Amino acid sequence: MCIFALAPLAWHGVSSFKSPAELTRTPPSLLPEQPVLSNYEELFVRRPFGRYYVNTVVIAALSALLCVAAASMCAYGLARASEAVRKTATSSLLAVAFFPPIVFLFPLYEMIRAAGLVNHPWSLIVPYAALNLPFATWLLTGYMRQIPIELEEAAAVDGLSRFKTFVRIILPLSMPALSTAAILAFIFSWNEFMLALTFMNRESSKTITVGVATLSGAFAYEIPWGLLAAGVIASSLPLIATVMIFQKKIVAGLTAGSGK
Amino acid sequence: MATAQDVKPVAQVRTSGEMGSHQWGLFGLPAAILLLLVVAYPIVRTVALSFSDMGLSNEFQMEWTGLGNFRRLFSDSRFASGLKATTVFTITSVTLEFVIGLGLALAASEFVRGRGLIRSIFLAPWTLPTAIIAVLWSWIFNDQYGIVNGLLQKAHLLESPIAWLGTPGTAMGVLVLADVWKTTPFVFVVLLAGLQSVPQDLYEAIEMDGGGMWPKFRYVTLPFLLPFLFIALIFRLIQAFAVFDLVYVMTGGGPGGATETVSVYSYRTYMRYLDIGYGSAQVVAMILILCIVAIAMYQLLVKRHERTF
Repeated sequence: MCIFALAPLAWHGVSSFKSPAELTRTPPSLLPEQPVLSNYEELFVRRPFGRYYVNTVVIAALSALLCVAAASMCAYGLARASEAVRKTATSSLLAVAFFPPIVFLFPLYEMIRAAGLVNHPWSLIVPYAALNLPFATWLLTGYMRQIPIELEEAAAVDGLSRFKTFVRIILPLSMPALSTAAILAFIFSWNEFMLALTFMNRESSKTITVGVATLSGAFAYEIPWGLLAAGVIASSLPLIATVMIFQKKIVAGLTAGSGK
Repeated sequence: MATAQDVKPVAQVRTSGEMGSHQWGLFGLPAAILLLLVVAYPIVRTVALSFSDMGLSNEFQMEWTGLGNFRRLFSDSRFASGLKATTVFTITSVTLEFVIGLGLALAASEFVRGRGLIRSIFLAPWTLPTAIIAVLWSWIFNDQYGIVNGLLQKAHLLESPIAWLGTPGTAMGVLVLADVWKTTPFVFVVLLAGLQSVPQDLYEAIEMDGGGMWPKFRYVTLPFLLPFLFIALIFRLIQAFAVFDLVYVMTGGGPGGATETVSVYSYRTYMRYLDIGYGSAQVVAMILILCIVAIAMYQLLVKRHERTF
């Protein structure tokens, strides 16, 4: 099971260190005979892969932040709203999550064009934040409902307003759930392809997924496999590191919604 | 929460648990704005566009055509073959994911130790971008230099290399394999959580009544697992039915349109043929189909479950 999960990645790790001549040998060699770094050099020095990286990190981080900010406020409101309101709101949020992303594609494109934001990071940051909002709100509402109401009553006695209570008491107590939501929102934004493909067509604006998927060789018919293998590895490593570190949080986030 | 016990409830304060309506409204405002802008408006706009013939042919003017686009859908063989490819992809990959995912979850629920590391290794494929996974598997199944053909030829199972992605049947097979590789971990994690919610003493009760493996699964495991199964299944069905990244990057819908799914066709209708009205009608048709499937699944799994237990 673990071998099946890792072998394809390992094969790309091996391939990314092979020279073009060795890559096109049949049958393929299992380990690179003369490991070379030329694929990575090409990727980061001659291609704007570093730029893709920065774009992706900025977009994923800002949209995760925006998503969690909006979702935490909404979740607090819902956690303390009446039963009827909460039920209606959470089920309509769930319905939103069931729409396939292609539904939003063209109308969003129209709006982005009208706003002159094509190739601009905000054209992805705002949609990603909104598309990740339902699950983040869902997750946070469940968590915040368990925070004892007495804390807020005590805060009210001390003269704290609703909003200050939220910022100073509720948010710090919700840190575990906030970070889970942020990590998942970050991963989803990092991975998104369709909107990024459509809204970002300038080389310097592309994200990592679009950048790797549209890597091509000097000639149209030539596919630079070594470069692609290096691209696969370079774009996957940060995610694999994230899973290794935050494995528990990710699993908690994935399973929080289904039990209720 | 440890701090909760330190704070004494103050009786005279009149903050009950519930907020006034304008207060929770204010807290929901940023989320509402985001969802209106990115979700609600585009849905309404797509439905409206589906009744128009906006596109390149009329210089992007919005002219109403009533049900014209939907009539065109019924006679469009490319849409029909897209639906077929999408259905084949969805049913095969979701079935495989749930069979393997459930099997692995049942096996893993027996182990208590070492679950963390195994789980995070196993979860890795799920966190990778689908577009990247498409690149990854197309290199492995490359006809000339791919490792699969290389190994098969080395083992003398194959005379000449197979053009995996150049043949309709095998191209679909590779797409399904890549999807199963990516998504089984998700199914596994959700179902494992479901299994862990089963109270162990119920199994002992069945044992005392002399029940074996099947009664245990049928009367204890399944009822507890069903809500998890339902959510994961609906979620996966919708995702698989809308598959875009994987197909677009790996086969581009080829060879000869054999793996072109509805999303890929709609994407091209929008962005390549610039036939906006017709593209929107395709998307609306897709949502209608998904709604019917979701309702059917609900009736089948949840309603029946409520009657039986």
